[in-house]
Amino acid sequence: MLWIALHLPQLPLEALLRGSLLPEACAVIEGHRIVACDGKAAARGVRAGMSASAALALAPQLRICQRDAAAETEALLGIAAWVMQFTPNVALEFPDVVLLEVSASLKLFGGLARIAGDLREGLAAMGFGASISVAPTPRTACWSVRSGKEALVTDAARIDEALSALPIAVLCDADTLESLEAIGIATVGDLLALPRGGLARRFGQTLLDDLDRARGQLPDPRTFFMPPPRFAAALDLLAEVTQAEALLFAARRLLAQLAGYLAARSGGVQRLVLKLAHRDGGATEIAVGLVTPSRDAEHFTLLVRERLGSIALREPVRRIAIEAADILPLAADNLGLFPDDAGAPGNWDRLIERLRSRLGTEAVHGLGSRPEHRPERASTDAEPGEKQLKLQFGERPFWLFDAPLPIPEVAAVPNYEGPLTLLAGPERIESGWWDDDDIARDYFVARTSTESLVWVYRERRGGGWYLHGLFA
Amino acid sequence: MIGIADRAPLAGLLSRPDLWRASELACVAEPSLPTGFPVLDAELPGGGWPTGKLTEILPAHEGIGELRLLSSALAGLSAADKRLAWIAPPHLPYAPALAAAGIELARLIIVRTRTPREALWAVEQTLASRAFGAVLAWPGSVRYTELRRLQLAAEGSRVLAVLFRPKKAAAEPSPAPLRIALASAADGLAVHILKRRGVPLAQPVLLSGRTSRDRHRARKACPERTTV
Repeated sequence: MLWIALHLPQLPLEALLRGSLLPEACAVIEGHRIVACDGKAAARGVRAGMSASAALALAPQLRICQRDAAAETEALLGIAAWVMQFTPNVALEFPDVVLLEVSASLKLFGGLARIAGDLREGLAAMGFGASISVAPTPRTACWSVRSGKEALVTDAARIDEALSALPIAVLCDADTLESLEAIGIATVGDLLALPRGGLARRFGQTLLDDLDRARGQLPDPRTFFMPPPRFAAALDLLAEVTQAEALLFAARRLLAQLAGYLAARSGGVQRLVLKLAHRDGGATEIAVGLVTPSRDAEHFTLLVRERLGSIALREPVRRIAIEAADILPLAADNLGLFPDDAGAPGNWDRLIERLRSRLGTEAVHGLGSRPEHRPERASTDAEPGEKQLKLQFGERPFWLFDAPLPIPEVAAVPNYEGPLTLLAGPERIESGWWDDDDIARDYFVARTSTESLVWVYRERRGGGWYLHGLFA
Repeated sequence: MIGIADRAPLAGLLSRPDLWRASELACVAEPSLPTGFPVLDAELPGGGWPTGKLTEILPAHEGIGELRLLSSALAGLSAADKRLAWIAPPHLPYAPALAAAGIELARLIIVRTRTPREALWAVEQTLASRAFGAVLAWPGSVRYTELRRLQLAAEGSRVLAVLFRPKKAAAEPSPAPLRIALASAADGLAVHILKRRGVPLAQPVLLSGRTSRDRHRARKACPERTTV
């Protein structure tokens, strides 16, 4: 077992801020105490734990937001759904840690370092900064990453060593912490050196069990996270946005999240909906449709940019959300040996299906030729792709009229847009006496006054000229 | 003063294939399909029908020879196992004639649509699917923005995308890099290249060799007889 723990130290801030580009410093407070602040505020000396008034004294322009626990939870769940592309075994450690069991994923994703790199890069695209620890047990990984030290322990024998350096604050509540500090215990190593019996008597079996779970001596089962069946993610915009293009920054965050979610589901979407909530309570919905299902964040961004560029916002936007309901199966791409391998059979089938689903089954068909002398019957509709006979006929036009067009005869010459010049013929076709649809015609290739070639015939029974096709 | 030594790199530069001088026909190393008419190939950038781009053909009237112009390229594509789509054709494409022109019928699909909007949608879908070697469409009226969409859908693929539009569309602007008007000439077909990459062509290309007509002229008017 190998666990990656992702810790999001700035989650209170990022959950609120990741969709906005604010020029001023920003801090998040909970009960008049600063819980997180951005780099600009930190540069002015604002620290977590400060009172709001002290922070404002240091940075008068500081923008203060109330902590939003619901937004943090939502963000953490979004991250959990996103990291499922690396492993199905994802567990949550509220409020700010996501655990991934990756022992089975190492080979596929090219090793631990690659996975860690991909995680950091992907989280950055979604607007989160994470610290990462790796350990053979989830508890050790979680403790070490929360202590602020990124640890990389892959060998179960070295767990104690890694644990020893951790401060005891990561594993116990305030009361126990106080008592332990009073007896001079500062690190987990100190705690491990104490006799187990006495430790259990003074601080309870729970503390000992926690330590044993961290060391891998007791089982530590986790409930794995289940991704939601449909994708929905939203971002509040701290600064109201009036330009559609400026929304793209926030939309990109959500699209990166969507792409990861889809990769985890091995799916793609053909339609996604962008919902913009306005200041006046109204909303604009923008549906983006794709020709083929996709989960490419870049592709989504391109489409959303096109759509956002073409709309005018009637009101400033406060909140942006992206929803995708129908997740279609989409296998990972196999790259062709040669670029642009046209004629992929899957594409063709899917296209026929899509055309037929919209236009009707009979609207899409192939062509077949039949051994039949009557011209109307020599060509027939066929299933697309069906193998066809190779038959020899005489000179035949590319276009055949559904019904022969009667044309007048002027001075013994057939007339269609002026007199016709007969070039070849007659080709006499007499056939079909057996099914009461017999014909007796003399066909000619003729040239019109506008230099088109047409196929005409003279009815042998009753006379009269008809135009039956264009040579085009 | 420019010395000889300075001119040599310039000559080298000018012979580069990716450098286009306005006085020349764009000589682009882009994939194209021979038209079957060497005279026409010589005037088309890339030496044939361009692929991955929209081509517009504007016949003066129906049946002037617009399909014959393409039949060689289509036959070549179907022989190479590429698929062909004809979208919203004005009449019934006649299987025996297509087969006689060398077009593999099993590689062809016909899409019938009720409205121009449906036709455009079908064209966009087929172009974007990358499953076709050629898409021929008779879309009726098309707006510039819609043409632009089709052009985008065709880009990056290797599909021969041909739109047949009425002659009056020549006056409208179009994003298609190649636009061709067809008119009848005394001895065949006059191909006016309205727009191409490179210098415009003032004179139409005359394609005589109307194979069927020559054959008909040579042939005596002896009645063939098919009686069953």
